[in-house]
Amino acid sequence: MRDVAVVGFAQRQMKELDGSPTCLELLVPILGELYQQTGWTKSDIGFWCSGSSDYLAGRSFSFVSAVDAIGTLPPVMESHVEMDAAWALYEAWIKIQTGEVDTAVVYGFGKSSAGILRRTLALQLDPYTVQPLWPDTVSLAGIQAREGLEKGLWDEAAMAEVVARSMSDAAGNEWAIRKGATSVEDVLAQALYADPLRRWDCAPVSDGASGMVLAAGDKAFEACERPAWITGFEHRIEPIALNARSLTTSTSTASAGAASGTAGVDLAELHAPFSHQELILRASLDLSDDVRINPSGGALTANPMFSAGVNRIGEAARQIWAGTSDKALAHATSGPALQQNLVVTLDSQKGN
Amino acid sequence: MKVEFDYTRSLGSVLSQFMSALKQHSVLGGVLADGRVVVPPPEFDPVTHDAITELVPVSDHGTVQSWSWVPEPVSQQPLTKPFAFAQILLDGSDAPLLHAVDVDSAADISTGMRVRVRWAEETIGSIRDIACFEPAGDGETTGSASMDFGPPEVTGIISPVNLAYDYAASPEETKFFRGLSEGKLFGQRCPVCKKVYIPPRGACPVDGVPTAEEIELPDRGTLTTYCVVNVPFKGQTIPIPYVSAYVLLDGADIAFLHLILDIDAADVRMGMRVEAVWKPREEWTTSLDNIKYFRPTGEPDAEYDTYKHHL
Repeated sequence: MRDVAVVGFAQRQMKELDGSPTCLELLVPILGELYQQTGWTKSDIGFWCSGSSDYLAGRSFSFVSAVDAIGTLPPVMESHVEMDAAWALYEAWIKIQTGEVDTAVVYGFGKSSAGILRRTLALQLDPYTVQPLWPDTVSLAGIQAREGLEKGLWDEAAMAEVVARSMSDAAGNEWAIRKGATSVEDVLAQALYADPLRRWDCAPVSDGASGMVLAAGDKAFEACERPAWITGFEHRIEPIALNARSLTTSTSTASAGAASGTAGVDLAELHAPFSHQELILRASLDLSDDVRINPSGGALTANPMFSAGVNRIGEAARQIWAGTSDKALAHATSGPALQQNLVVTLDSQKGN
Repeated sequence: MKVEFDYTRSLGSVLSQFMSALKQHSVLGGVLADGRVVVPPPEFDPVTHDAITELVPVSDHGTVQSWSWVPEPVSQQPLTKPFAFAQILLDGSDAPLLHAVDVDSAADISTGMRVRVRWAEETIGSIRDIACFEPAGDGETTGSASMDFGPPEVTGIISPVNLAYDYAASPEETKFFRGLSEGKLFGQRCPVCKKVYIPPRGACPVDGVPTAEEIELPDRGTLTTYCVVNVPFKGQTIPIPYVSAYVLLDGADIAFLHLILDIDAADVRMGMRVEAVWKPREEWTTSLDNIKYFRPTGEPDAEYDTYKHHL
């Protein structure tokens, strides 16, 4: 395997983007920031890969307009996934592993506020027997949360602790949408919204975009003094049928975590759009108590579709660059109720 | 902006039987290799991956396993007033079915509650034939074993999808559309390559930088290429044959598609000089439709060399 590192990361998140669903207004400055961080320009990048969805944009081939942000004359080598950009990052990492390129830029973008997000996401469900009922994301999460509550796997206080810690930690995150010092009591004082969930148990609808730079071998040191080396990168999927898997555990996360080698991590950035989902992920990854969880505030404080997952990887990489973590784990999720999960481990030292 | 489309989906043998049974007010479960009965029936066994071949009737009564309150239903959900989505274990099955339960408040539902199917007034062979579930009280399980198994009657479903978006214009598009409402055509120039784009784009596709400088363009230009529309289609408003063409406004570096009229389709040619015919001023909106069409100016045709790199 080639040694590949995260060497650049830039993000933009907001409650409502006053701009078009192509998110070009965000992508142009993000790419500018990535060039500034790495000292590179377009011609230094070997491969481009993005994550976005036409269902979110409400227009066809929306990712094609976004390519304008790159500037594609002469043409660039480019690809796209209809998933969070964490999976675009996986494709880029594989591309670098083939030896065909040494560098890649990955970006994700989405304007969730253009439609009704929890309804739009019903379109990812089984189209024969589930989607026609339009089960919204919040309802599916509520069913999942209640099952765990009633089985005694977690309680309201544990969910509230996740919310309070996330919002408090996000106080220093300029891109977090819901943030500020919050206590467990503050959370529990909130009325139930979608019983058993409070509004704060659910990530805010968020618009945003982000971009990331990968580089192989010595090339990484050109762009970054202390690159965040990828030492494990795995993703797994479970059945789409909600009654064919346990909703209160995440076997796909457990198996991706085991395969990517999470032993010894001191930090974990987990992509949990609902408070109880963080509890499921922590249990599935078997994280010890001294692992710092989501110092950025995590997806509960800003969950821009198609970039919230790659943002977890970016936030973890920033901790490695800064020397505040030596080995970190980042996780991204996709699909309904934690159907599909990706785990990447980042290290201040190269792999074997 | 509204996006609407009906998905027409054909069904495999398992779902054909399941939907046909629903039409007859009966619910079928699929029998897995380990003997468990699952509703809706999967087409393949999740462990052995063998095709599911055995379907058995299960009850239309069941028990709530988990639920979530839906305080603000969204369009096309089973109920328009607040309700619960629930995982319901039908009697005779081993895996829950996701569906709606019609109760007035979250206080009126609980895990373990008995519920029964409320059938739709008209059943057509769709998961929506189950309108929703309702509390069954102490009601007896009626079962639903009365259907005749024959060749499936239902072999497809149609899923209507209606999506609504608030479509915001980018800053560049805003200037363009506002200009149109005043009868002006605004393009934008790339600060690097100096090319002028109309309609404007968020970034120059060559250089990847915002196209900030505004340029007012005339409403006349050169027809670069075209096609004659001879095929009638639904919603057509112009009698065929007519011409759709790329018009390169004078001073612009990208052509856009518009209609060419006031000329016989057979006489249209590349390089023809054209000008905009605007709607009456009182009908102007922030739309490119303010220009009804382009017509020939009568000027001599442009030399091929002047537009060849726009083809």
